[in-house]
Amino acid sequence: MAKVIIYPTNSLILSDMVERFGHEPLAMMEKIREKITTIGVDSPPLNITPEGPKHGLKYAAVEVPAGVRGRMSIIGPLIDVAEAGIIVGDASISFGCMGCARTNELTKFLIREKDIPVLEIQYPHTEEEGKAFVYNIAEFLKALPSGGDDE
Amino acid sequence: MSEKDKVLIALVSCGSEYAGVQKELESAASTLNAKLVYPEMDVASLDTIGMEFGLEVASPDLKLMMARAKAVVEGVAKVDGVFVTSCFRCAEAAIVRNEIRRYIFQSSGLPVISYSFTERTTAATLLTRLEALTTIARRKHLLAREHQVGITAGVDSGSTTTKAVVMKDDEIIGEGWVPTIKVLESADTALQQALDQAGLKKEDIQAIGTTGYGRFLLGEHFNADLVQEEITVNSKGAVYLADRQQGSATVIDIGGMDNKAISVQDGIPGMFTMGGICAGASGRFLEMTSKRLGVEITELGDLAVRGMQKNVEMNSYCIVFGIQSLVNSLAKGSIPEDVAAAACHSVVEQIFEQQLQEVEVKEPLILVGGSSLIAGVPKALGDLLKIDVLVPPHSQLIGAVGAALLASGYVKG
Repeated sequence: MAKVIIYPTNSLILSDMVERFGHEPLAMMEKIREKITTIGVDSPPLNITPEGPKHGLKYAAVEVPAGVRGRMSIIGPLIDVAEAGIIVGDASISFGCMGCARTNELTKFLIREKDIPVLEIQYPHTEEEGKAFVYNIAEFLKALPSGGDDE
Repeated sequence: MSEKDKVLIALVSCGSEYAGVQKELESAASTLNAKLVYPEMDVASLDTIGMEFGLEVASPDLKLMMARAKAVVEGVAKVDGVFVTSCFRCAEAAIVRNEIRRYIFQSSGLPVISYSFTERTTAATLLTRLEALTTIARRKHLLAREHQVGITAGVDSGSTTTKAVVMKDDEIIGEGWVPTIKVLESADTALQQALDQAGLKKEDIQAIGTTGYGRFLLGEHFNADLVQEEITVNSKGAVYLADRQQGSATVIDIGGMDNKAISVQDGIPGMFTMGGICAGASGRFLEMTSKRLGVEITELGDLAVRGMQKNVEMNSYCIVFGIQSLVNSLAKGSIPEDVAAAACHSVVEQIFEQQLQEVEVKEPLILVGGSSLIAGVPKALGDLLKIDVLVPPHSQLIGAVGAALLASGYVKG
């Protein structure tokens, strides 16, 4: 089983696919769930305190806006432990949406920079493209160590 | 809307929940009996809002801001005011934030403010801005007041000086002005000065208003009828003293520690900014300049009017660097007149760059605050903007006069 970072990091479809092929998806939802269900002094919506942007300093310099660093405090640790990655380019908002373009750029850069297998694939717009999209992702996931088949 | 009603503020933001400031925003709002709401919009509209609004941006959260702004303007979200905010240092967000603010204000007439936050932004920093926003929504009747009636006092506890006035039927009959040292004692002294000049006793005052940094403390101390932030009070005081209560006006207040630019319509503030990245754009810089030049602050203005700012290179973006360039130019042989003129120009240039880009400058431009008395400042501002700058009488007492005027709404009988 490999730990696979997905981009967009909150894509339910991608996360589900990774799981179906026997790997562990590294997705934002899990981290957020962890944050809002861990008992603490602070409350929702996201339970990000001013400490978040400070933790984000590991991934982005101090002159980078606080919102980017706060996001990176969630995504960065996911990239740190990733053993593989899937980056979907030009995805529709309904497929998965990361609010901040600067965070997106940095996230993709850090995934690419890591010495791990990465699949870069464009978001499909036709049925044919859709089939190829699923096939390519499936093949990539199957090729990862101990990757299973959901069939 | 009554004082007890909750003011609904639409939060149009990008990243506030990720920057760790959401709690501070909520906290500032609840202190003011206001509630932050999130205008609902159709998710599908995010695909088209960029073209519709005319601003194509990469960040989906900024598209969300545009869609929410549209929901506010179209009345889908019923709110009393709008707070537009995004991360400090994000250029993409700064463009969207400014255009959204302009769009909401022009299309809906709702009071709107914008702010760029860092993770260090606290509820206290946001309080004055949100207080002004809620006041405009909640106390419109009070802001409509054009005449001061009865005997009222206003005390403005500023960062550098404390000002007090006693007014009677639209006339200032006593004034006091002392440096702020201990907030309460300075206020007592200033008010006593004003009372002595007016020939009155404290018991004669029918209503009292407090404003400025120390307003809450003074409000309790004097049992004030009105405790109000300085954006509302100063804009009201400015148009009152300048006799421009109807129509549009722009008020610039250069205080001891910060500065404000307020766009006013019929005496009610609309768009406003409050800032100063550094005290380089405040009276404090001028104070330090006069000290270095060995002249009284009251003499700096006349000196500046006789000088040529172009002869000295100075940018007081930071007060320390500003003083450094001042020292350097004197060492190179610049004359004090030119240095004084450059200092005045530097202050107004910063206000132009930081504040006036965010509010629409509509004439008359009314300059108030202690720095308005330094003749070089209105001259430099007029030269920069190529318009006449109006400095009303008693411009340094603007906060105290505004507070006394608004407090007269509480005079009984």
